[in-house]
Amino acid sequence: MYEHLETAKRTENLKRIVVDPVSRVEGHGKVTLMLDENNMVQQARLHIVEFRGFERFIQGRPYWELPVLVQRLCGICPVSHHLAAAKAIDQLVGVDPVNLPVTADKLRRLLHFGQVLQSHALHFFHLSSPDLLFGFESDINKRHIVAVLAEYPDIGVQGVMMRKYGQEVIQTICGKRVHGTGAIPGGMNKSLSTVERDNLLQNIDQIIDWSISSVELIKKVHCSNLPYYDDFATIRSNYLGLIKPDGALELYHGGIRAKNDKGETIIDHVDYCRYNSYIHEEVRSWTYMKFPYLLSLGQQNGWYRVGPLARVNNCDFINTPMAEAARLEFKAHSGEAMVHSTLAFHWARLIETLHCAESIKALLNDPDILGQDLLTQGEKRYEGIGVIEAPRGTLFHHYQIDENDIVTKANLIVSTTSNNMAMNESVRQVAAEYLSGRELTEPLLNNLEVAIRAYDPCLSCATHAVGKMPLQLELIDAEGNLIDKLIKHGNGQVERNCVS
Amino acid sequence: MTSKIRVATTSLAGCFGCHMSFLDIDERMLKLVEVVEFDRSPINDIEHCSSNCDIGLIEGGVCNSENVHVLREFRKNCKILVAVGACAINGGLPALRNFVPLEECLAEAYLDGIGVENPQIPSDPELPLLLDKVRPLHEVVKIDYYLPGCPPSADVFWKFLTDLIAGSEPSLPYELVHYD
Ligand code: SF4
Repeated sequence: MYEHLETAKRTENLKRIVVDPVSRVEGHGKVTLMLDENNMVQQARLHIVEFRGFERFIQGRPYWELPVLVQRLCGICPVSHHLAAAKAIDQLVGVDPVNLPVTADKLRRLLHFGQVLQSHALHFFHLSSPDLLFGFESDINKRHIVAVLAEYPDIGVQGVMMRKYGQEVIQTICGKRVHGTGAIPGGMNKSLSTVERDNLLQNIDQIIDWSISSVELIKKVHCSNLPYYDDFATIRSNYLGLIKPDGALELYHGGIRAKNDKGETIIDHVDYCRYNSYIHEEVRSWTYMKFPYLLSLGQQNGWYRVGPLARVNNCDFINTPMAEAARLEFKAHSGEAMVHSTLAFHWARLIETLHCAESIKALLNDPDILGQDLLTQGEKRYEGIGVIEAPRGTLFHHYQIDENDIVTKANLIVSTTSNNMAMNESVRQVAAEYLSGRELTEPLLNNLEVAIRAYDPCLSCATHAVGKMPLQLELIDAEGNLIDKLIKHGNGQVERNCVS
Repeated sequence: MTSKIRVATTSLAGCFGCHMSFLDIDERMLKLVEVVEFDRSPINDIEHCSSNCDIGLIEGGVCNSENVHVLREFRKNCKILVAVGACAINGGLPALRNFVPLEECLAEAYLDGIGVENPQIPSDPELPLLLDKVRPLHEVVKIDYYLPGCPPSADVFWKFLTDLIAGSEPSLPYELVHYD
């Protein structure tokens, strides 16, 4: 679609525009554009500029440290990393997911529903709702949760309380809201008491109600400006994620399903332990984030999207009634087998939020959740692979150990990495369709920002970033002279510095 | 009304867990913003610290040249600079890479990893230079306060900030100082 814009044939005579948030040091990406003399975009790239080196430095550590070590990749979805690592090390002690004690399995699921609920609430209310409520090109002074709390207190408070509830689920099971401990090889380290269960049950109906009204809210926002929401940054892509054996939406454990842009199956119910026969990652020189793709389709066409949009697109149904009703409405609005609208990520995310709330209630009411049988063990193995649907998409953890239980090899494919090509493609779409040939203006900043934010406003797992994108643009001519500069100040003023 | 206390926050080589823990003050945020105004922070779109910030909260250590720039910007513009969490105080988990040569970390991710195609070490001039080691903040600038924990709990943030805002020397009771 827009691949031709990834690398310009010749860059000598192009103007380079760098969309460089200071925040890139928060792990941010930055966007660079190369323009010809008519301001036509010839190249557009999202660079991920941070590197940690986890895969190497966890080698030499004992495997049982992994769930607490690797969760420090990301403080926003630590539980997902914790559980993906736990699923991998279950295998190292000879336990496959089907053999996990029922209570341990359900506690982990409850924990993960809490994680997805809090992360989705954070993404939508704290980070994205200012754009959606005030407009993509609104005053910078309004583009944060504090302004939402001031002007839409009901919505703002609802977001804060929904996130709080998810965090409380996590704290109840893991002891801490961020970076607790819960899963251990072959099970869980603590059961849930009746008192704890009853505490969580107290507020769940309120959370379900709020989740329903959030779905209504995003539907209203999306449909009030349908053509724009359906087209902006939209790309046709493949979709990948885990799926239950019966085709239902799944967040904790399942086989891999991938569908193409027409909704035709590429692979289905593939055992994720064989992921390496299906997915490889390509390295490109201009970013630290790799580019995963499906081997069968090749580097050019094999890229795919993950996350809420992929999951809601891929599943045959959702096994909780209210989320399923919301899904049907969501699918019907587009009239296509797959919904490709990038901004529809938000809608899908809130459908999943509702699914999490419904599922938490069901699990809390399930007598198994109070069980005491938490741990099992089998025969030692030397390789373990754990895959989970993190809030932002499919997350792969793969470890090998030696006879002394020391990690010798590790491979992590974090969710945001799988969306790397898609985010670049969306950036290129916006550059080509909305910016190309136009003069450098302030909304340009926002358009690129909004495109990336739909995927994940914090590129956290891969890059440890949150929030915003560009606020300073420089236009440099082919000789390297600064010819134009836009700065967005803290007070929201946009200043233009024409140097020549 | 007296003007609000300006608080800036950022994450360097951290995981955002400290920021999440700050947000974990939940509805107390409504009270906080009555007296606090956020300056540069990941939760808003302000890109640079204004010159009159009162408090700067920094999570994460220093792992590349950009981290150094941002840290200096904070020191220059914030009256009180706070190292938040294990990473800021001593490098934390990312500093595990200090025991391995940087080239080996890069090679593992981009040359020898499982399923890696087109192996090469990303080297574009757009990418900031990595430091050989991950450093704690106080090796680069002067730090006024340290909030321990990975992450410090929401109550630590609350106690620390409300003490400071009230104009008293912050003190953390024993129960609030956690190490894993
Ligand atoms: S101290 Fe812990 S929570 Fe804070 S940034 Fe470092 S790893 Fe994350």
